[in-house]
Amino acid sequence: MPETSSAKIPVTVLTGYLGAGKTTLLNRILSEPHGKKFAVVVNEFGEIGIDNDLVVGADEEVFEMNNGCICCTVRGDLIRIIDGLLRRKDDFDGIIVETTGLADPAPVAQTFFVDEMVGAKTTLDAVVTVADAKWLKDRLKDAPEAKNQIAFADVILLNKTDLVSEDELKDVEMRIRAINPFARIHRTQRSEIAIDKVLGQGAFDLDRITAIDPDFLEGGHKHFHDEEMQSVSFASEQPLDPDKFFPWIQELTQREGPNILRSKGILAFKNDPERFVFQGVHMILDGDHQRPWRADEAKTSRIVFIGRHLDRKALEQGFLSCAA
Amino acid sequence: MTALSSSPSSMPSSITSKLQPLDLGDGVVGAGFLGTRAVFALGSREIVLAGETVERVAAHNGAILSVSSDARRILTGGDDGRVVATAGDGSTQTLFEQKGRWIDQVAAGPDGSVAFSVGKTAHFQPLKGERRTLDLPSTVGGLAFAPKGTRLAIAHYGGATLWFPNAQAKPEVLAWKGSHRGVLWHPDGRFVITTMQEPALHGWRLADGANMRMSGYPARVNFMSFTSGGRFLATSGSNEAILWPFATKEGPMGKQPTMLAPRDMRVSCVAAHPKDEVFACGYDDGLVLLVRVSDGAEILARAPAGGPVSALAWRADGGALAIGTQEGVGGLIVL
Repeated sequence: MPETSSAKIPVTVLTGYLGAGKTTLLNRILSEPHGKKFAVVVNEFGEIGIDNDLVVGADEEVFEMNNGCICCTVRGDLIRIIDGLLRRKDDFDGIIVETTGLADPAPVAQTFFVDEMVGAKTTLDAVVTVADAKWLKDRLKDAPEAKNQIAFADVILLNKTDLVSEDELKDVEMRIRAINPFARIHRTQRSEIAIDKVLGQGAFDLDRITAIDPDFLEGGHKHFHDEEMQSVSFASEQPLDPDKFFPWIQELTQREGPNILRSKGILAFKNDPERFVFQGVHMILDGDHQRPWRADEAKTSRIVFIGRHLDRKALEQGFLSCAA
Repeated sequence: MTALSSSPSSMPSSITSKLQPLDLGDGVVGAGFLGTRAVFALGSREIVLAGETVERVAAHNGAILSVSSDARRILTGGDDGRVVATAGDGSTQTLFEQKGRWIDQVAAGPDGSVAFSVGKTAHFQPLKGERRTLDLPSTVGGLAFAPKGTRLAIAHYGGATLWFPNAQAKPEVLAWKGSHRGVLWHPDGRFVITTMQEPALHGWRLADGANMRMSGYPARVNFMSFTSGGRFLATSGSNEAILWPFATKEGPMGKQPTMLAPRDMRVSCVAAHPKDEVFACGYDDGLVLLVRVSDGAEILARAPAGGPVSALAWRADGGALAIGTQEGVGGLIVL
């Protein structure tokens, strides 16, 4: 890895509906003997009984950028807080942002793509969502925020598993999978989990977008359909034409951005020896060449969308028509 | 200042031999002058006073977030919740403290008064008398005293608010979509300018509330400074210094900016000379030029080193320049 990217401070975003167990997880992370120090950005000081100099209160000020686009939002308080924290960057190894139970994770993630200073000095590691095994199914029905948090997650702690039966657990896992088949799910009680399963995930790192498995949905796993939120993924053995792909993805995300929560892709372009990887949050896209294709790997382009009301057929046709 | 006011042909191409290099030890947040001593506020709690000797003062118990100064003291706001005034003799005085909060902005008033902000609340402390506060709709991004009197401009999400802390009148709101960060008054008080979250400036002409949108930057503008007399607003954020014309009462509306000192490197900091139409221009690689507006003549003041220039300050008489960088090196030039 180049020096510049390894020097960036990793940021983990903790989310989850009210009462799911976020604060318990946070306290575990901070109290485990891992030898690391974290700056913690929280909304409520009250519950956190930790002895840490670098706990900062956040206001969750979500800003629309002045471009008239409703989904291009960033967290203004995070920009200010990170700017301030970076002045004492030798005091900690990472930043953890705990969002409120009702927060949409998108403005947090977009802050790391949109703000030049934040993007240059920090890297979004992963969105970690804590879900209550007993109540998640109800929240998916009545709370759009809870659904967004599941759709957005890279890592999901299915917490309070001691309160439900094994059958109920499988059922709720399938419902999660119907929305987001790509997140890593860990079953936990009282948010107990090894810290290396939560931190250092590299889920937003373009060098590490590997968790794209287009066969997942085809293997008969999908017992549930979420009528509103879903994920779709496609693969193409045909090399793509960048002059077709980029206009397509840009037009698509501009038009459907409010409905597309996250997108990821690993792409093989014609006459290009390197893998191109990209990811997006709503309309905001980030992409780069990653590394040369290895001789032993199939040059297959893969792409994933997680969102609301996605037109699977149109997306597939659009993607396949980008073939060179 | 003879070098700067002489003709271009007689100007030395470099004054780097006059630079007294300083190893400050941590990123420089702001700079100023107290008497003949240059003052640097560092990210890590310390203030360095540099002249014939170098003195370090631990002003805060955490990072310094904001800096403002006048001839008598340097004001700093910290993540330790304190507003501290440091004098030229190195003595410090805590003016305000609110544990567990950050002092995001500080501003030194012309008559010894002080303004600062904690989250969404702006505070005004007159030299004598009671402190007054104003709650804003969102977190304060910038604070600036009007050139005369005690009127304050407060930048925030959705615009700026003009506040007379000593008057009963309702604060005046200057609305414009987006997040406003830094704020600056024109020297004669006719215009208020903000830097925005996106790569643009916004301005208001106070006489009629007209909006002025100054855009086209490749990156966010972090520094702006009016040249002596207020004819130009020099700004960072591009690969050259961008100067917007403010000589007429219309301001820059419908006019193109002047672009000076282009390089293949981002301008990270600018500071106008207090007397001549000259400004110091610092870049992302640590290089500093002195640039004359009339003909664009450039003098090299500091060679590249130490990361982006993060602070530039002139002595009130224009006879010295303090330079600080993000990586904690800097220097003092006595002209």
